Amino acid sequence: MISFTINGKKQKVEVDENTPLLWVVRDVLGLKGTKFGCGKAACGACTLHVDDVAVRSCSYAVKYAEGKEITTIEGLGDEKTPHPVQQAWIEEVVPQCGYCQPGFMMATAALLKKNPNPTDEDIDKNIVNVCRCGTYYRMRKAIKKAAELNAKNIDTEDVELNS
Amino acid sequence: MAEKKKFSRRKFIIRGGLGTIGVVSVGTYLSRNMLRRTLLETMESTVLPYDGTGTEANLWFELTKENTLIFHSPKVEMGQGTFTGLAQMIAEEMDLTMEQIQVKGAESASGVVDGMATGGSLSIAGLWQPLREMAVMMREMIKLEASKKMGADLASLTTKEGTVVAGNKTMTYAQIAEGVTEWEEPSETPAPKTSDFKFIGKPIPRIDLKEKVFGAPIYGLDAELPDMLFAAIIRPDRVGATFKSADTSKASKMPGVVKVVQIDDWIGIVAQSYPQALTAKNEVKVDWDIPEKWDENKLREALQVGKGDEFASQKYGSKLKDEDEKVTTMEFSSPIGAHAQMEPNGAVAHYQDGKVTIILSTQVVKVTREQVADALDLDEENVNIIPTQLGGGFGRRLNTYHAIQAAQLSKEVGKPVKYIFTRQEEFQNDLFRPPTQHIMKGKLGENGYLEALEHHYASGDVAINSAMLPAFLLTIVGTDIGASRGANIMYDGLDNRRTVQWHTTLPFSTSWWRSLGLLANTFAIESFIDEMALTAGKDPVDFRVKMLGKEDLSKRIKKVIEIVAEKAGYKEEASSKNKAMGFAASIDTGSPAAHVAEVSIEKGKIKVHKVTCAFDCGLAVNPNQVIAQCEGAITMGMSAAMFERMNLEDSELTPIIYGPYKIALMKHAPKEIDVHLIQGADIPLPVGEPPMGPIGAAIANAVRRLTGKRLTTIPLQEAYDVAMKEKETA
Repeated sequence: MISFTINGKKQKVEVDENTPLLWVVRDVLGLKGTKFGCGKAACGACTLHVDDVAVRSCSYAVKYAEGKEITTIEGLGDEKTPHPVQQAWIEEVVPQCGYCQPGFMMATAALLKKNPNPTDEDIDKNIVNVCRCGTYYRMRKAIKKAAELNAKNIDTEDVELNS
Repeated sequence: MAEKKKFSRRKFIIRGGLGTIGVVSVGTYLSRNMLRRTLLETMESTVLPYDGTGTEANLWFELTKENTLIFHSPKVEMGQGTFTGLAQMIAEEMDLTMEQIQVKGAESASGVVDGMATGGSLSIAGLWQPLREMAVMMREMIKLEASKKMGADLASLTTKEGTVVAGNKTMTYAQIAEGVTEWEEPSETPAPKTSDFKFIGKPIPRIDLKEKVFGAPIYGLDAELPDMLFAAIIRPDRVGATFKSADTSKASKMPGVVKVVQIDDWIGIVAQSYPQALTAKNEVKVDWDIPEKWDENKLREALQVGKGDEFASQKYGSKLKDEDEKVTTMEFSSPIGAHAQMEPNGAVAHYQDGKVTIILSTQVVKVTREQVADALDLDEENVNIIPTQLGGGFGRRLNTYHAIQAAQLSKEVGKPVKYIFTRQEEFQNDLFRPPTQHIMKGKLGENGYLEALEHHYASGDVAINSAMLPAFLLTIVGTDIGASRGANIMYDGLDNRRTVQWHTTLPFSTSWWRSLGLLANTFAIESFIDEMALTAGKDPVDFRVKMLGKEDLSKRIKKVIEIVAEKAGYKEEASSKNKAMGFAASIDTGSPAAHVAEVSIEKGKIKVHKVTCAFDCGLAVNPNQVIAQCEGAITMGMSAAMFERMNLEDSELTPIIYGPYKIALMKHAPKEIDVHLIQGADIPLPVGEPPMGPIGAAIANAVRRLTGKRLTTIPLQEAYDVAMKEKETA
């Protein structure tokens, strides 16, 4: 039995402890937003957060998630309260086929957490997932927009706290 | 839950639409080459429309109680924003808001089955007329019914956002449709709009944006059926390998394994979970028979201009003579390319009581159904194919033999089965973009401009041997109409031009890959023209414009060339920052595109900084999505032209994973893509593939200006590395 928190909910699963987290998330817990792309941590389609760090879940045994907090695209935000990354993705109309996009959004959200204002070089170094439709140009714009939206949100929070 | 209306299935005659296939059926005349060539040219410039069953408006459209219109689309969505464009067309003619429309890929049991597949950049262009006529028909039928229900004169009725208005009374379309079992068909319907559009031509956000941003389960691999099992399959990993024997004893005892099935040349492992199926797969020992060894050298020997079947697709004026000293000849080539779409292939199949349901990502609902029915010896009506959103298509999903395997496995275990390709299977069992070889010949006239240009090329199959096309088409046309995309020389002001295809069937499957022959053919033609312009000391933009004649199409090509040169501020000399520009143009399925690539070389790496693109696809139904397609085609084309290559050694195709198979990443993608849309026609023309054409040549032409080195093989980075090594050793 392995226990963790996923998208804010406590969860226990009974699976072989070496099962890749991806398949636990998709097939045991039914959260399909995290995608299978290559199974070898080479494309990033399966990126989710474990304790706020971007992880390629196809190559991450579920046993390592014991006691940790997992966030998937479904937990990042929703239509009513989109995460700034999702909001930016909508505003820039980024997705084409869309299959790789959850992985990119999760990687971006993790990047912005540790680096709220990434330069082009930071983006190039940290966003290393694969997109076959070629949406990188719009993604770069969306990443920068997300950073702006983030900054605004933080400003607003400060104001609210001070008032 | 929405209740589906039981509409009657009265046939409506849909005007337009079906004419072009009729032209092709004039069969026997067309065996002579000249006529074939004419036909090929017609086909290349004609938009093939919807060619399917289910042309009754009430099969395409379903109204829910909530007054939402569901459009059962004969085309699938594979990323191009097709569903959004189609919804815009419906909203326009049916007087609905975008929010009132939902689009779904039509399952084959719905009766809406398109024989044309989803591909060839034809979805919006091909459905432009029939879908809008159908929407008008549906609107008029609703109005006829409304006049009865509201007791109002038909002529006095107006529509507004999903309602019919009669004086001070209104009814929603759904209220009007309630209880109708027999729709009355209007004797004649107005023509769809040609101007004053409310939705068409507007950059409306994609209708699937939220699903894709919040992670909705919309793809083939996301599908589930109750009590479903999972499967992995073992296929040959060597070219030409056939199955000899296998030891499955250990695999069948692995945890979770339900059954190991051996059918023909493959083995399926069905288990409780996908990881269990994969683990068991690794324990199967297969002995393969590999009758003939293949490697790159042997492949290149087989694939050569002068070998195989010859077909001249273009023949104007006189032929260049090899002994003529003024003739310049250059050789170009392109490698085997993989689709590498992000969502692996797979299918969820359920076989039960002689019927089978299959949910999958497919571009060919009709062919998938035919093949499954055939393989399982079922009537087609007992096979229902449910297409989902595609996690990338690019032509890969025009071949869906795996649907058969999923169905067979489900039959074996008596439960629904989900089968998923591993990435290694994707790379080694792809139906690749064929490698090509090109011989370009040209001769400059007294005035310093080209007086003759010839393109001779060899390619593996694209359209030939494809299950998607009717065999008669190939017999009539005589050439591989896929490999020939972009092969003909578009400069009609040139009196002497010639294009000859040499077709070779290779030992592995090659097929449709976004833009087909266009990327490689344009790379060869536009690189060579650029070299001739440099030899002649002419401006490459003017050099091309001079070769264009007076045809309408030539005027449209001229316009994209001139506009891209102006917008990019095209300059012949490299800038002080060691950046140079490269120029190239192409036309594909009637949509001309021209690119200027701004390139530098940093520490031995070719870097594309900016691409300016001018593109004429006629009327852009959704300009934001057309621009997205240009950006995507440029980026994917850049990736293929600069980095990607499958290698054949010891009969094995490698690499088998992203990374070693070098797809452009964020760091490689241009930081700026500046797209300019030009409307050179009042109808929508193909979009998804044509803007890919010029990118390879545009980059190579820039590298030539930076380094003096003409790169003649794709992938360009590899060609550049080889050239630098040669320079060092020299």
